[in-house]
Amino acid sequence: MWALGLMLWMYGRDRLVTLDWLKKKFAGRPEIAQANVAALNAGHAFGETAEMSEYGPGYVVRPTAVTPGVYRTVSGTEALAWGLLAGKRAAGLEKMIFAGYPITPASLLLHTLADLKRYGVITFQAEDEIAAIGAAIGAAYAGALGVTSTSGPGMALKTEMLGLAIATELPLVVVDSQRGGPSTGMPTKAEQSDLFQAVHGRNADAPLAVLAAATATDCFDVAIEAVRIATKYMTPVVLLSDAFLAHAAEPWRIPDLDKLPRFPVRFHTDPAGFHPFLREPETLARPWARPGTPGLEHRIGGLEKDYDTGHISYDPENHARMTRARATKIAGIANDIPLQTVALGDDHGALAVVGWGSTYGALHQGVRRAREEGIDASHIHLRYLNPFPRNLGELLRRFDRILVPEMNNGQLVALLRAAFLVPAEGFNKVEGKPFKVAEIVEAIRERLDR
Amino acid sequence: MTVTTITDAELQPKDYASDQEIRWCPGCGDYAILKAVHKALADAGAERERTVFVSGIGCAARFPYYMSTYGFHTIHGRAPAIATGIKLANPELDVWVITGDGDGLSIGGNHMLHVLRRNVDVQIVLFNNEIYGLTKGQYSPTSRRGTKSPSTPQGSVDYPVSAGAFALGAGARFVARSVDTLQAHLVGVLKRARAHRGASFVEVFQNCVVFNDGAFDAFTAKDVAADTQIHVEHGKPLLFGAGKNRGLRLKPRKLELEVVTVGEGGITADDVLVHDETNRALAHMLVALEPPAFPVALGVIYCSPVPSFEAEVYAQASAASAGRGAPDLAELFVTKEGTWTVS
Repeated sequence: MWALGLMLWMYGRDRLVTLDWLKKKFAGRPEIAQANVAALNAGHAFGETAEMSEYGPGYVVRPTAVTPGVYRTVSGTEALAWGLLAGKRAAGLEKMIFAGYPITPASLLLHTLADLKRYGVITFQAEDEIAAIGAAIGAAYAGALGVTSTSGPGMALKTEMLGLAIATELPLVVVDSQRGGPSTGMPTKAEQSDLFQAVHGRNADAPLAVLAAATATDCFDVAIEAVRIATKYMTPVVLLSDAFLAHAAEPWRIPDLDKLPRFPVRFHTDPAGFHPFLREPETLARPWARPGTPGLEHRIGGLEKDYDTGHISYDPENHARMTRARATKIAGIANDIPLQTVALGDDHGALAVVGWGSTYGALHQGVRRAREEGIDASHIHLRYLNPFPRNLGELLRRFDRILVPEMNNGQLVALLRAAFLVPAEGFNKVEGKPFKVAEIVEAIRERLDR
Repeated sequence: MTVTTITDAELQPKDYASDQEIRWCPGCGDYAILKAVHKALADAGAERERTVFVSGIGCAARFPYYMSTYGFHTIHGRAPAIATGIKLANPELDVWVITGDGDGLSIGGNHMLHVLRRNVDVQIVLFNNEIYGLTKGQYSPTSRRGTKSPSTPQGSVDYPVSAGAFALGAGARFVARSVDTLQAHLVGVLKRARAHRGASFVEVFQNCVVFNDGAFDAFTAKDVAADTQIHVEHGKPLLFGAGKNRGLRLKPRKLELEVVTVGEGGITADDVLVHDETNRALAHMLVALEPPAFPVALGVIYCSPVPSFEAEVYAQASAASAGRGAPDLAELFVTKEGTWTVS
């Protein structure tokens, strides 16, 4: 409390809020309240009387320009849980079945949702990671929003089930709170090393959509978007978070629920001409036909299906056609997501710093500082990792150099090089610790010989 | 795909069959089980649109494709997990899990354990042929010790698991057994399983004509069946044999069954145990009986219902929302710690 008093002096902050809080907190124990107040005041008085003017007072954190509205504090886990509920609401779905198996750092999401049953979520602690995604797939088949959540090693266990969800084209949201690996690795430390696993980590050609949240509050919006893509395109969506985002908290402008996107699901009900793989021409999504619907009794499964009838088929040309259809469906999501924008700086120039996920803050501040030094750098931060926004290649080519800082050994950089044949360079940190702003600034300077 | 017309008229067994060509080997026991399921559903007046068959991988797992109900052919061993999700999303559905000895007791043993102990309201029909048929004849977890197969040319050395004992050990509240060739008996058992609220486990001894032909002949062959099978029925004496004069009783002063003959050595009908399907200890003894010393117990061996998993889950969910009215997400965003306004 003494140190807090000194801090308040250094940063020129009012003591009143803290003093009121102490009195309220220890209302029943006035002697404790007084002791705390005395310590706080003593710390503050020390700042005023000691000769330490180089430290303050007057290091004032200026108010930032923020959108008007009502704000509260939210953690990444809360924002993600609420985003899933908001997504369920936007899709007009009655139920969400959230199935998980205890794993650090993902369990927090299970705990949060377990306490929100009154909002139409049923949580299920399964016997293992495979059963958790299996139950979510079963729930999706039965017409609920199926969601599962895990971390890297659990994600590996869910792999075969993801293939089933892709083959049966069922909507599913899979949250991966990434941690250091391989294997058990560093369970409590953040890493961004599951990107390859999310995008490519399955047997056969098995595409799905991959999104990443950048900040604690962004978790809310990304969760809604994951539900939108999953239900509109009848596909599993992997939402990448990480240990850092799961615990991070920040101010959040409470959204106006009426202004959130709406994307009501239309369950198929008409038996005329129905088969389970009859694709919607624009999205290539198959119909969502729930058991319980008369006249739509049908069978789905992991075996290859005939494009025209939905029956089992081992026909060579049909398999090629279905493989292409699955790929085209996912690639087509690019036409239904926003164009990639530049988070800071110009849309062309000497250097683009391209990131994804929880590195947002460090990259943003790093680029900001570099620009204050007169360096021509821009910050681009990706939410959509598969498919990429359709203008991304063209945007990246407008920069002389592309720097991709990641908390892994170089995954997004490889995906960008493969997709766009651009000379992107990696800047990698795998210490289980977030980037420091200074590290980003230094990396920028280094690339531009400054 | 043929669109089936829905009528309220009584459905016949054939109405539960799909239009798909059946791919099981000629003579496979699976045909008889399929027929029994069609009959059981017709007898029970099951609604096709409310019925879902979920399977894993294996010969048995092709089952859903041959049904005119909803069906989900999933991945190896995992059908109970998917069935659990289906029941959680819509408890009104009548869900069946079709599995085999490899699917349900090897790769899927963990899920089988948990779907039974949770008591999810599904019917689990385990086709036990003591062999891996679809992958061409490797020994399975229920194969008897010494089984020669492509993967065990000198005979298997591991001991088999008993499906019935596993189910009881996992906490199943309904355990029954039948044989593919006992059509009427099998239909009766399947109807009991369907009527039971909670997880019902039905083991069907099923002959694989290609890779394990005659595996169950010791108690299913016509000439020996009467003396090697005991058809248990709740409240009735545990009698078997062509003359129904052989019975099971507890050995004096021991917790051990023995076979006795009524009318011999002073044994009367009153000495024979009466089947009590709610008695778990008796069920454990019955599933353990093996020929030649004992008959194989068939029928509903154990049935002692408790509320199902999903019923309990939904009871909690409705308790959580009771009296609060229609939930509004905006209410969720309100916080004790307070909000602040930026204008």
